[in-house]
Amino acid sequence: MAAGADAIIAEREGELTREQMIPLLQEIQAAEGFLSAEAMITVADALETPVSRVYGVATFYNQFRFAPVGEHVIEVCRGTACHVKQSLALAQHLERRLHLRDDGNSADGRYTVVRVACLGACSIAPVIKLDGAFYGHLTTEKLDALLDELEADGDAAKPDAFPSAARAPEEQRDEAA
Amino acid sequence: MKISINGKKVEAKQGETVLQVAKRSGVDVPHLCSLDWAPSPAASCRLCVVEADGSSRLLTSCTLEAADGLAVQTHTPRVLKARRAIMELLVASHPQDCLSCVRGGHCELSTLAADLGVRKARYVGAVKHHPVDISSPALWRDPDKCVLCGRCVTVCHDVQGVGAIDFTGRGFKTRVAPGFSPGLNVSECVFCGQCARVCPTGAIVERDQVDDVVAALADPDAVVVAQVAPAVPATLMEGHSKSEGVRVMLERLAAALKRVGFDAVFDTGFAADLTIVEEASELLDRVRNGGVLPMFTSCSPAWVNYVETHRPDLIPHLSTCKSPQQMAGALIREIYPKRTDLDGRRLVVVSVMPCTAKKFEAQDLDGVDHVLTTRELDHLWGRFGVDFGTCTEQAPPDPPFAETTGAGRLFAGSGGVMEAAVRTAHLLVAGSELEGDPKVAEARGREGVRRFTVTAGEAELNLAVVNGLGRLTETLDELLDPQTSLHFVEVMSCPGGCVGGGGQPYDTDVQAVKERLERLYEVDRRSRTRRAHENAGVQALYEDLLGRPLSEASHRLLHRTYTDRRPHSVQV
Ligand code: SF4
Ligand code: SF4
Ligand code: SF4
Ligand code: FES
Repeated sequence: MAAGADAIIAEREGELTREQMIPLLQEIQAAEGFLSAEAMITVADALETPVSRVYGVATFYNQFRFAPVGEHVIEVCRGTACHVKQSLALAQHLERRLHLRDDGNSADGRYTVVRVACLGACSIAPVIKLDGAFYGHLTTEKLDALLDELEADGDAAKPDAFPSAARAPEEQRDEAA
Repeated sequence: MKISINGKKVEAKQGETVLQVAKRSGVDVPHLCSLDWAPSPAASCRLCVVEADGSSRLLTSCTLEAADGLAVQTHTPRVLKARRAIMELLVASHPQDCLSCVRGGHCELSTLAADLGVRKARYVGAVKHHPVDISSPALWRDPDKCVLCGRCVTVCHDVQGVGAIDFTGRGFKTRVAPGFSPGLNVSECVFCGQCARVCPTGAIVERDQVDDVVAALADPDAVVVAQVAPAVPATLMEGHSKSEGVRVMLERLAAALKRVGFDAVFDTGFAADLTIVEEASELLDRVRNGGVLPMFTSCSPAWVNYVETHRPDLIPHLSTCKSPQQMAGALIREIYPKRTDLDGRRLVVVSVMPCTAKKFEAQDLDGVDHVLTTRELDHLWGRFGVDFGTCTEQAPPDPPFAETTGAGRLFAGSGGVMEAAVRTAHLLVAGSELEGDPKVAEARGREGVRRFTVTAGEAELNLAVVNGLGRLTETLDELLDPQTSLHFVEVMSCPGGCVGGGGQPYDTDVQAVKERLERLYEVDRRSRTRRAHENAGVQALYEDLLGRPLSEASHRLLHRTYTDRRPHSVQV
């Protein structure tokens, strides 16, 4: 059971309509960090609508994610400046090194990698944000060094809540394609 | 109200779309996303565009409502050019494997492309790569072949009321899938196959079992027998001489099956008669002994799946009778080897059914090895070079399952089980036969829910017929309400009953269903015996093997149990 989802739905008991599916999903994601299958089933039940429809709607929007965020969140900038400076190579390197799955999480669940349109730090392109801190002028070697350091140092910063981390797996694959 | 289509004045009804009016007047406007008999608000394919007076834009005829004086042109050069361009784009991102596609030769998409004059691939598009879903024993999905027309989604949600599949993801990655995209076997799908029947491509198809049957026929150690459901001959008559009755068509089908190597062909209608005798007895038993009411029929396996996967709380309401297919399967295995002095392990039982859910059922219960849909028959003929249209030999179905009354044949249509049951229940309750013509007019018709009361002697039976799962989900609460005090409810999953089943020909539409139903009424009217309990074969079976209805032997062979099969997505 998705406790957050249950509470959110219980709060609105009796006043739910199908039009509220998206706000409801947003609220649940804000509370739980992502949309679990259980949460979507709970929503489907509450709105008396098929699960396939809730899943369909949720996967249509970029804002939803379907797995919990990892311990470390890496945002790779895919804005124009970074693109020109080979940020795709960085993204692909992360994919290989961390064995990223379709939803952007590493196979061990420790990392979440998201591609974002622009981090607004074009002057230091190509740039990534690691657990909230910017790292610019990156190469794959520098990126490796950064990750090695992170792995050696157990005390790495905890991830903040990243609004830009809230994205659907579909979209990440689209960009990879 | 009149509208003008290509300069010709045509009568139109309020609320009709131009696409519908055009079709009625013999003008076929290409369309992918809309269905003649289902709501379709999407208007996403745009193939149906027409020119209309007073509009500079091309308009989609599937959403354009007829209005008095409206004048449209359906096939102008501008329209043709637009349609071909749309089709070229669809073709560009479609896998180019028509030669090995199960729809090859029966594909609406490739026919449309040909009609629209797509002759060369002008564009090269990115082709999708999704895994093929072969998880279900009834239906296979190949999302790469999907053109996202949405017909299956419309049918599954709005017609069947199940909602097992929907559009998932966005952009190029959009596909049709069950919630959370696992295989269909662990989804909420009930395998009715209505989606497969309306899909214009090979993206959702019945699990093809033709090769299994061909292999069995080629095996010298196997004795292969067939059973044929009553809906199949009633459907095969299309395109054949009208004077031929359903019975003649069944015999022609039996002859053709024997020609390709079947050792015997039985009539599933026999088991339909038997089902009625058992089911009517069960109903009476429940009424007299305070059993759970209303009792629901159990002969439509997609409905049984619905109960098991969505509403297991209703299991006590389901009749414990197996479907005719499974009763026949069990009896063939029990009796045929003894009769023909055959080692039962050599026996292979093949059903020919209008239904994809029967494929699931055959895997779930013992008795039947392979199930071919009406559509797969064509492929079987293809393998053996049989031109069924010109095969006029006839062979009567084989004993001991050769005989069917008019009542058993009615099973193929919505209301038919009810009508047959009323005829037999009358005898059981009142001790006398229904007087005169045993037609039960209240059970017939094509409305979604038909409720009526029958008086048999002192007793009154409150009955309901539900035509299609979609109508069931809407009215279930009412049917179960003790105030309604229903005794017996017939549920057929597919609109119109088995004649509109998920394994039926692709061009099945409202008109075709209507005509098939009329053929059933006709064959019933002309039958010598019209009450299931009058079936001499059934009577003999009770004498020789079963004893009486609901006996221990009939429980062993003809009744079943049900399982709570809620998928993860319903259970939580
Ligand atoms: S579904 Fe596609 S591959 Fe199959 S026959 Fe039609 S066009 Fe060809
Ligand atoms: S078989 Fe029936 S329930 Fe299953 S997806 Fe198709 S239409 Fe829906
Ligand atoms: S599976 Fe078939 S019916 Fe469904 S959207 Fe795709 S092409 Fe259309
Ligand atoms: S049929 Fe009209 S837009 Fe598809």
